[in-house]
Amino acid sequence: MSRSLPWAPVALIVLLLVLWQGAFLLAGPDALAAPLQTIAYLAQQLTTPEFQQHIAATGTAFLIALLIAIAGGLLIGLMLGLSRTATEVAEPLLLAGNSIPKIALYPIVLLLFGIGLSAKVAFGALHGIIPVAIFTMSACRNIAPVLLKSAAVMRLSRADRIRSILLPAALPDIVTGVRMGFSLTLIGTVLGEMFGSQSGLGYLLMTAIGLQNTQVIMAVTLLLVAFAATVSTALLAYERRLRSRY
Amino acid sequence: METPHVRMRGVTRVYPTETGSLHALGPVDLDLRKGEFFAVVGPSGCGKSTLLEMIAALAPPSEGAVEFEGKPIGASVPDGVGVVFQENACFPWLNVADNITFGLRRQPLAKDEIARRLDYALTLMGLTDFAAAYPAQLSGGMRQRVCIARTLVTQPRLILLDEPFGALDQQTRLLMGDELLNLWRATGATVLLITHALDEAAMLADRVAVMSSRPGRIIEIIETGWPRDRDSRIVSDPAFGAVTGRLWTLLRDQSLNALGPAH
Amino acid sequence: MTRPQRIALYQALAVIVPVLLLEAGCRAGIVKPLTMPAPSAMTVGLVQILASGRMNAAILKTLANVAAAFVSSAIVGIAMGAVIHRIAPVRRLLEPLFSTYYAVPIYGFYPLFIVVFGLGDAPQVLIGFMLAVVGVIVSTLNGLDSVPRVLTKTARVWRMSGVQTALQITLPYAAPHLFTGVKLAAAYSFIGVIGAEFIMSQSGLGYEIRFAFDNLDNGVMYPLILLILIVSVGLNMTLDHWDRRLRARRGAGR
Ligand SMILES: Nc1ncnc2c1ncn2[C@@H]1O[C@H](COP(=O)(O)OP(=O)(O)OP(=O)(O)O)[C@@H](O)[C@H]1O
Ligand SMILES: [Mg+2]
Repeated sequence: MSRSLPWAPVALIVLLLVLWQGAFLLAGPDALAAPLQTIAYLAQQLTTPEFQQHIAATGTAFLIALLIAIAGGLLIGLMLGLSRTATEVAEPLLLAGNSIPKIALYPIVLLLFGIGLSAKVAFGALHGIIPVAIFTMSACRNIAPVLLKSAAVMRLSRADRIRSILLPAALPDIVTGVRMGFSLTLIGTVLGEMFGSQSGLGYLLMTAIGLQNTQVIMAVTLLLVAFAATVSTALLAYERRLRSRY
Repeated sequence: METPHVRMRGVTRVYPTETGSLHALGPVDLDLRKGEFFAVVGPSGCGKSTLLEMIAALAPPSEGAVEFEGKPIGASVPDGVGVVFQENACFPWLNVADNITFGLRRQPLAKDEIARRLDYALTLMGLTDFAAAYPAQLSGGMRQRVCIARTLVTQPRLILLDEPFGALDQQTRLLMGDELLNLWRATGATVLLITHALDEAAMLADRVAVMSSRPGRIIEIIETGWPRDRDSRIVSDPAFGAVTGRLWTLLRDQSLNALGPAH
Repeated sequence: MTRPQRIALYQALAVIVPVLLLEAGCRAGIVKPLTMPAPSAMTVGLVQILASGRMNAAILKTLANVAAAFVSSAIVGIAMGAVIHRIAPVRRLLEPLFSTYYAVPIYGFYPLFIVVFGLGDAPQVLIGFMLAVVGVIVSTLNGLDSVPRVLTKTARVWRMSGVQTALQITLPYAAPHLFTGVKLAAAYSFIGVIGAEFIMSQSGLGYEIRFAFDNLDNGVMYPLILLILIVSVGLNMTLDHWDRRLRARRGAGR
């Protein structure tokens, strides 16, 4: 794996901005807003209480969904990962579940949870929980047997074995799972807001798509991408630091 | 006669495989005397690691019984047994010092006692400068020394070592052998050493068991007759050459066997 | 019973038992028909819809779009992966993009695609393609990374040409990873196309589900959801089966 250097993200951002500007010049203002204009618009919007409320709505739903996805995914992954049979049974099922277009399940989520915060949270968590579970489970299965044997020789209790051996040994893969879960929960939450919701960035995006308001579309997308990129880059850096040690 | 420290009777091990089963070991009868230094040599794949894991209760025998200190071995590792594995068993998320004290911190021991044992082990294993390093920053041989130290500090009454010096060069190997002898004399523990180096077995052990190719059985146990205060200088003793020569005669046929009919 | 049989049995139970419970819950009235019809009713509805042929156009359209997104993303992804692998700086530049890609709300670009490509199928295909291609690129990079240096050195010792090395050493060695990428491409093409149809387009299975949902028409919505579940899970399981065979032949651990 090639190490990413500090200049790479900066260069990438510059490159994307240049491509964006190029696309703007080619496709024209009907299709998309120019980078500088979008950034200025976003900066201005960020100061308005209305926009802040949308951010708060999405943020709340996202945080709860993420918490559920991580806690639930860890729990499921650990429980399945502790047994070889359970892992073999569950793995293809989880992978298949991951390949389902979740948007097709969205009507069911709405019917079950009704319109509002709980539906958004459920839809967000639905996206994030499977990757966290898959990565946690396979991390548990991939631990070097000699580490588990060492734990047996030291006569660790079951709880101590999970806390002091299993979790730390599985940590790098768990962080990968959390990183994937983070991205997917965010997109799931936003998708969940696009229908039957009266607030949040997803709602804003959907109304703007309906009105073909490119400025709002680009500003909201930019905000989401910037947030997601920052957090997952940080998680990736943490993951790399962990892995260099393993 | 005194009860043996470890007693194995009719022990076999059969692994289930995709197509049926693989008879890996036995039947083996073996008594380890309390406080002796016992070595096991045998061709690759003959079941040495399997033998060790059954003594440590890490794998159940398919048939037969294993006793440690007069009590039959159950499903969990008995108290007083330490194991150094063939593979690197360092915990990568802990530094050297924390790796070594991992087991100690789970015992009711005073802080300064833990620190004292850690210092001793670091010095003994030549790891003093690396106490804060992580395993990934160490060489293979150093990692193995961390694992040895981690086992020693818990002061086990039975120490099982599975090719612990496999990753070391010949000179370090001899010196580590001397340290192992010192330790064995100081603690009075029973030591079972698995090795593929005949000279190592001949130099360190009171008795050396020679195993046949798979399914591994013990074909002969050789008494070396060394004094208790021996060290690596014994390699220049003519009697040493006689022991290694005898071991090689016994092993040559078995090793050829293990390689298959083409040889 | 052999171990693989036992595993398959447990898997079947893990699917069948919840379905039966749901069926029982629906029949007992614990789950209201307004929320969800019984699985048996969904199945009957699906058979009727398929037999009547009234969804055939939508189904064909969706499948054609998924196929287009899948094939293009697999080919372009492997080609781009091979190129990016060769040029280290480009790879270092793009790696942060790959790692954050799945948090990008790609559907936000839909209006742009409509302006550029018109109202036809292209925007849906493009969204499926964009979701799928990155997974293929990353899997290709992983596959090429996994080829041990000693093998390419061996190829040099045998004086093999670059093309020979690629076709006879690198490609076969990386094949399991490439296939994983292809498997991802299938799933993401499906997710992308259905999502685009659901959110914005005026045709296809995703649109029909949305339409039925807006009209509270559970009798159509649930059978179509069931159809999507069956197709996506069936596709995944088939590819997964080949994937496992490929890896098993290669020996565990790769
Ligand atoms: N978990 C297992 N499942 C199936 N067969 C096994 C398993 N572990 C070991 N074996 C087989 O049992 C035999 C003995 O293995 P073992 O590891 O005990 O050999 P060994 O004497 O320690 O070899 P080496 O000197 O190479 O370390 C080998 O033929 C091996 O293939
Ligand atoms: Mg061995």
